[in-house]
Amino acid sequence: MTRYSSLVDAVGGTPLVGLPRLSPSADVRLWAKLEDRNPTGSIKDRPALAMVAAAEADGRLRPGCTVIEPTSGNTGISLAMVCRVKGYRLICVMPENTSQERKLLLRAYGAQIISSPAAGGSNAAVAMAKELAADHPDWVMLYQYGNPDNALAHYTGTGPELLVDLPELTHFVGGLGTTGTLMGVGRYLREQLPDVQIVAAEPRYGELVYGLRNLDEGFVPELYDESVLTSRFSVGPDDAVRRTRELLEVEGIFAGISTGAILHAALGIAARVARDGGSADIAFVVCDGGWKYLSTGVYEAGDDAQASVGLEGQLWA
Amino acid sequence: MSVSVSVPTILRPMTKGEKSVSADGATLSEVIADLENNYAGLGGRLVKDGALHRFVNIYVNDEDVRFTGGLDTQLKDGDQVTILPAVAGGRF
Repeated sequence: MTRYSSLVDAVGGTPLVGLPRLSPSADVRLWAKLEDRNPTGSIKDRPALAMVAAAEADGRLRPGCTVIEPTSGNTGISLAMVCRVKGYRLICVMPENTSQERKLLLRAYGAQIISSPAAGGSNAAVAMAKELAADHPDWVMLYQYGNPDNALAHYTGTGPELLVDLPELTHFVGGLGTTGTLMGVGRYLREQLPDVQIVAAEPRYGELVYGLRNLDEGFVPELYDESVLTSRFSVGPDDAVRRTRELLEVEGIFAGISTGAILHAALGIAARVARDGGSADIAFVVCDGGWKYLSTGVYEAGDDAQASVGLEGQLWA
Repeated sequence: MSVSVSVPTILRPMTKGEKSVSADGATLSEVIADLENNYAGLGGRLVKDGALHRFVNIYVNDEDVRFTGGLDTQLKDGDQVTILPAVAGGRF
């Protein structure tokens, strides 16, 4: 379908494309779901729209309401678009060390930004948003980390789309942030394909991001359910950057850095299956395009090592 | 079996500031016991009531041990063990 009654109706229905040059063999195939084709250019349009629609349906969101959310970028940009279309005011609480493009984009959509200290990483943004929401009972925090409608958007959208396009799917690889994508797609695919493997790629940042005062300040999203996953890989910035550049060079896909981390895990799985002489159809998510990361210099750097320098101290995924 | 263990900033006061230390053991529990021997108190920060601390993630060659046998995860000579606190990461 190519005609929609409004922009929010155009969320989802993204293409799945094969990666013939990055796939290790004719029997082990990689497939990329291009979530950058959503209206604001990221997979987060799905949960943002689903969370707002559910909050409207149950009466928490009424005309003129203010929405507040901890977000380092993509969810904020998606919420900003949905709030603009539907007439809500949006406040985003985000760590000060996120890329300039994200802040500019949020302002362009009319969102207000409150910065949380870089040293506290995303944990500090979550804590600050919770405090602000408690101080302003009339504000609505959709809280993507614990909102079941985040995972539900993928259970009813992303998951079924993948199965329709790739009924022979054997592995799904997604990024682990709020865990919404993996929980929603994972649950749906497990119900439909009992042998499917659900693989998480988790970004590993520089030390600054892990600078907690004590371990009990740690954070696991309320949505996370370990039993949905088959395995979970930690991917550092060097591997994420190398794969992001490889995806562009070899297959022509201009993706953001978190997609590089996901591709790294997908290629690791693909290599294992190929070595054991098996066959597989491995689908992974392209979370967003590279536009918001151009200023990091990752794409134009002469080599991978130089490219990694641009990410020092940044929340790149 | 000798493995290399990467220690997060928050636990480095217990390893005299060392970012990376070596430890011996054929399984993750043996490695943690060896760490406790050399750096008193470190083991207790990683394991609580016989299970991995809720806000601690441990990876062997970048794979989360909760999916590879937990504390019984088998180790090979030269494996890289990474300890990280759980944080709200990701492209959220």
